[in-house]
Amino acid sequence: MTIEIDIGHRLGALTLEAHLLAPPGLTALFGPSGSGKTSLVNIVAGLLRPDRGRVAVDGEVLVDTGRAVFVPAHKRRIGYVFQEGRLFPHLSVRQNLLYGRWFTSDVPRRGDEDVDRVVDLLGIASLLDRRPEGLSGGEKQRVAIGRALLANPRIVLMDEPLASLDEARKAEILPYIERLRDESRVPIVYVSHSLVEVTRLATTLAILAEGRIAASGPTDQVMQRLDLLPPSARDEAGSVLETRVESHDDGYGLTTLRARAGTFRVPRIDLAAGSAVRIRIRARDVLVATERPQGLSALNVLPGAVAEIAASDGPAADLRIDCAGEIVTARLTRHSIEALRLRPGLPVYAVIKSVAFDRRSIGAAVQDAGEI
Amino acid sequence: MSWLALTQEEWDAIRLSLRVASVAMVATLPIGLAMALLLARGRFWGKSLLNGFVHLPLVLPPVVTGFLLLVLFGRRGPIGGFLADHLGIVFSFRWTGAALAGAVMGFPLMVRAIRLSIEAVDRRLEAAAGTLGASPLWVFLTITLPLILPGIVAGMILAFAKAMGEFGATITFVSNIPGETQTVPSAIYALTQTPGGDAGAYRLTIVSVAVSMAALIASEWLARRVDRRIGPE
Repeated sequence: MTIEIDIGHRLGALTLEAHLLAPPGLTALFGPSGSGKTSLVNIVAGLLRPDRGRVAVDGEVLVDTGRAVFVPAHKRRIGYVFQEGRLFPHLSVRQNLLYGRWFTSDVPRRGDEDVDRVVDLLGIASLLDRRPEGLSGGEKQRVAIGRALLANPRIVLMDEPLASLDEARKAEILPYIERLRDESRVPIVYVSHSLVEVTRLATTLAILAEGRIAASGPTDQVMQRLDLLPPSARDEAGSVLETRVESHDDGYGLTTLRARAGTFRVPRIDLAAGSAVRIRIRARDVLVATERPQGLSALNVLPGAVAEIAASDGPAADLRIDCAGEIVTARLTRHSIEALRLRPGLPVYAVIKSVAFDRRSIGAAVQDAGEI
Repeated sequence: MSWLALTQEEWDAIRLSLRVASVAMVATLPIGLAMALLLARGRFWGKSLLNGFVHLPLVLPPVVTGFLLLVLFGRRGPIGGFLADHLGIVFSFRWTGAALAGAVMGFPLMVRAIRLSIEAVDRRLEAAAGTLGASPLWVFLTITLPLILPGIVAGMILAFAKAMGEFGATITFVSNIPGETQTVPSAIYALTQTPGGDAGAYRLTIVSVAVSMAALIASEWLARRVDRRIGPE
């Protein structure tokens, strides 16, 4: 299942000109508010008719303005999870979940155990007989995700599904979306302006700025291009590394993770040894030393070499450090860069405090994303 | 308490009024719903003109509405003549005419109530139903219609009440024939014009108050029931 998008659309002052190929897995559309993300997914869903262009899912053309093709939304079989849930207030949770099944009778069905599986996956079994009005925000979103999945969609669009929730609720739902990405075969397009969500969830990352796709590709590669990120996101920006759990140190409550770049000791995570874990290292949490530091509290010291120093006219600049083939990004003041005489090729050590890793920056890794 | 006993004529007037109002309410419903949809959702030239036309019976003197009905739907009127010749439906001086007059007078109230409830529906819910595979017709039947049910109930009650109380247009259009077109208001009017008719007028007044109260309580109960079923978001 691949989604091909090549469209142009005028929206008031914004001109959307997007060309994007979304491979299987979870593709995140990342960009600041007003960059055209929602309009782009609305065009894919059929809720918005583009001025020009073409949208196809797995070769089936949904929109082609050149040939006057426009498949109406209800015939597209594209699931949509909206920011505000949009559960039907006059139906129970069960009826909401089953709503889409009334209309997909002509589509090969995956059987009734499918409902149980989705209900189980999202942990909503206890809510089935309740009304949407009595649910919490997080519960509503989980039901909305289940409702979209049970309509037997070819792809699922999620438009900032966590934006209206507080941090605790977000943390409650993120694991379900991770499971969905890994366990269901449905490709997901995930719209967000939160770098935390994006780096945790995305297999493919597309950055949208002022109506254009500024960059797209595998998440770890795009994440290194800090210069492409909107200013609001740069504080959270950094590198994404795929690691495996090596061992646990119960005495100190630490877990050792192995990546190609080296080992990391992070606050204990409850995963068996060998489990894949994705970590995000914020660029502003990384120190740089030109010699292996002595007498330092930080537990993570990675040897590497300066790969690139981003041009900057502000007080800070981003340094890309090549650690055994993996890139770790560090944000330093330009003053330090000059004082240490950093230049491409210079051997350096990247230093990261273990406590810089928190729950938001460690997530279950994408499993075999290339094959689903 | 014998003065409370209703005469045959008064019973007839009550029965007729209930029948006229029920028929008027039921017959207006599909047209009223369609008109409300058209006015709430449609985008076409002359919409405000159509809206004004629909609301005309609300502001016109009822006598004028009755006279226009007489001209158009009378035995020799352009519409009345056609209906009588081809379908055998006669309005003039029949209880059907009283129902038509009640329906026309109640129509704007029904359309208004339903239209307001349609405009209050969150269209994003309809878009969501579309992404789940529901065609526009199914969206209307499974989402829009249940959500506007309170408005439909309110509109029906208003139309019923208006038809029950209709006097001016009815008496102009179909006169005041006991047993055929003499509804409760017409009967009360006739009784007040007759020496010694006061007792009958009082009895029918009590009946009117009782029926109105019952209708109000019923509508209140229905609205609450529907509300509980649909619930706020």
